[in-house]
Amino acid sequence: MSDQTIGNKQVAFVRRDVTGTLPAPIMTRGLPAWLRENMFSTPLSGVLTLSSILLVVWIVPDMFRYLFTDAIWSAADGAPCRAPGAGACWAYVGAKFEYFMYGSYPRSQTWRVNLTLVIGAVLILWLLLPQAKKKGLAALMFFVVYPVAAFFLLRGLDGVLSLVETNLWGGVLVSLLVAAVGIVVSLPLGVLLALGRRSQLPFVKFFCVLFIEFVRGVPLITVLFMANTMLPLFVPQEWTPDRMLRPLIGVSLFAAAYMAEVVRGGLQAMPKGQFEGAMALGLSYWQMMRLIILPQALTTVIPGIVNSFIALFKDTTLVAIVGIFDFLRTVETARLDPVWAGPTISTTGYVFAAIFYWVFCFAMSRYSQMLETKLAAGRRR
Amino acid sequence: MAASSLIKTTPVTNDIAVEISGMHKWYGEFHVLRDVNLTVRRGEKIVICGPSGSGKSTMIRCINRLEEHQKGSIVVDGIPLTNDLKRIDEIRRDVGMVFQHFNLFPHLTVLENCTLAPIWVRKMPQKQAEEIAMHYLSRVKIPDQALKYPGQLSGGQQQRVAIARSLCMSPKIMMFDEPTSALDPEMVKEVLDTMVQLAQDGMTMLCVTHEMGFARQVADRVVFMDRGEIVEVNTPNEFFSNPQHERTKLFLSQILH
Repeated sequence: MSDQTIGNKQVAFVRRDVTGTLPAPIMTRGLPAWLRENMFSTPLSGVLTLSSILLVVWIVPDMFRYLFTDAIWSAADGAPCRAPGAGACWAYVGAKFEYFMYGSYPRSQTWRVNLTLVIGAVLILWLLLPQAKKKGLAALMFFVVYPVAAFFLLRGLDGVLSLVETNLWGGVLVSLLVAAVGIVVSLPLGVLLALGRRSQLPFVKFFCVLFIEFVRGVPLITVLFMANTMLPLFVPQEWTPDRMLRPLIGVSLFAAAYMAEVVRGGLQAMPKGQFEGAMALGLSYWQMMRLIILPQALTTVIPGIVNSFIALFKDTTLVAIVGIFDFLRTVETARLDPVWAGPTISTTGYVFAAIFYWVFCFAMSRYSQMLETKLAAGRRR
Repeated sequence: MAASSLIKTTPVTNDIAVEISGMHKWYGEFHVLRDVNLTVRRGEKIVICGPSGSGKSTMIRCINRLEEHQKGSIVVDGIPLTNDLKRIDEIRRDVGMVFQHFNLFPHLTVLENCTLAPIWVRKMPQKQAEEIAMHYLSRVKIPDQALKYPGQLSGGQQQRVAIARSLCMSPKIMMFDEPTSALDPEMVKEVLDTMVQLAQDGMTMLCVTHEMGFARQVADRVVFMDRGEIVEVNTPNEFFSNPQHERTKLFLSQILH
């Protein structure tokens, strides 16, 4: 410790050796600290934590019993599910699974639907996975080749594949079809509308403003009704759009109007200097937009774009209004089947539908978060 | 500055690079540029100074049509500036511009920033564009930063990238719009050195700047603007030692302490 040699007149009170490091107080590390920081930082937070725990204890065991232990996993008909105390009737979902997937699509031909969905899934993964190579080829396949191939696969081709009219299509097939077409069409169309709305050409600008404000001003149901009943009136009879095509057009145009405003938000956020920098180098308007402005503007509004996609995905359920059998509509009709009817059937069907929509929406959300982190890391400003 | 006369070795030819005559510009009702007349010969270095709001930046921004003038004529490299978009693009290809806030593209690497315009505007093969970009990045002394993003560089480095990016288009004229005003003081010199070097290579330059040392060292003529007018044009020696106009004297007394 301190030296104190009074005889030699060397008196020093300076400590020469370093003391050992002390451990941090118990309340600042490990589990106790974490609990205190996150669960009980204030009295209010403590109360909320306790009531949340109570809520979980109250709900989860019952839910678990209903969905798993008391659930009927296999049955020939609805009798076991109607027994008192029976939980979710998964046997019913199993029995109706093909109907949920394909609607009234001929059962012998459902391999065509499966093939289409698998090819679509592979192409989407190829497009979206950051580590995949040759994105240009993937885009060409997905946006040009795939739609044509899917059309002939699903609808049929003279002499090769039997014709399946669109009024037989239904279920997950239709939901994914409407969502995919809506997403693929609405983004580029939305970008064009957003650019048009900022255009200096008065006519282009007027048309884009009119379209966006009109479509945003009416409910999707109205758009669907109009597409269904009025679209056929505008074109010669032999050109009347297929009844499946009408809601596709309606949903796409509707989503595009919202997308346009999201994209315009991103364009507004671009500093003027980026436009000037690009113009001063002699880039044309379209080169400037494609190479400089849009890549940055779209990155900024990824959360808004994905938000629109998720909303669109759930809005596809509204096509049922014009008589299209989307996934939710098949769940709705299947629960009326007298063979299966029972007290738990509706709940089971809706839980199944909820899981389906949640999985897709959550996947979109996670993908966008991953994309944001990745882009943010690449371009620190 | 004694060294000033040593720098000016590059010949000023009689070819006309830029000719502005009788140009007026309004922002709404506000008369920003009044009867501007200026002829820049090839190889000439012009420094434009004046109080803020005097229209210096607006004037050079009219030359590559970042701003539109309403009256008078501008001829750049023999091409009259009209509303014809083709001609505007033609002019912009040959007129490089360096901005106060660099305006680099943050989503592209330094190298991509430099190769973008040669590849898309000049239709140059990528490999050749990269070679040229590396050449100019070496000249502004930052070849080792080529694969970084602009956000990872210092302000001085970013401005030098911006200069290299313009040079990659092999412009006939370079315009600088207060290139050092947004920089930290210790980075001003590296950018000015790059500009001096460019001047020595005989580039036609129009610089809006408050760096009077640079004006003395490099300029063939100094243009003084105030309230939208060109008040005085003179050689740097005359301009600084014997200003003709009252407004010039006032301005110089305010900036030269």
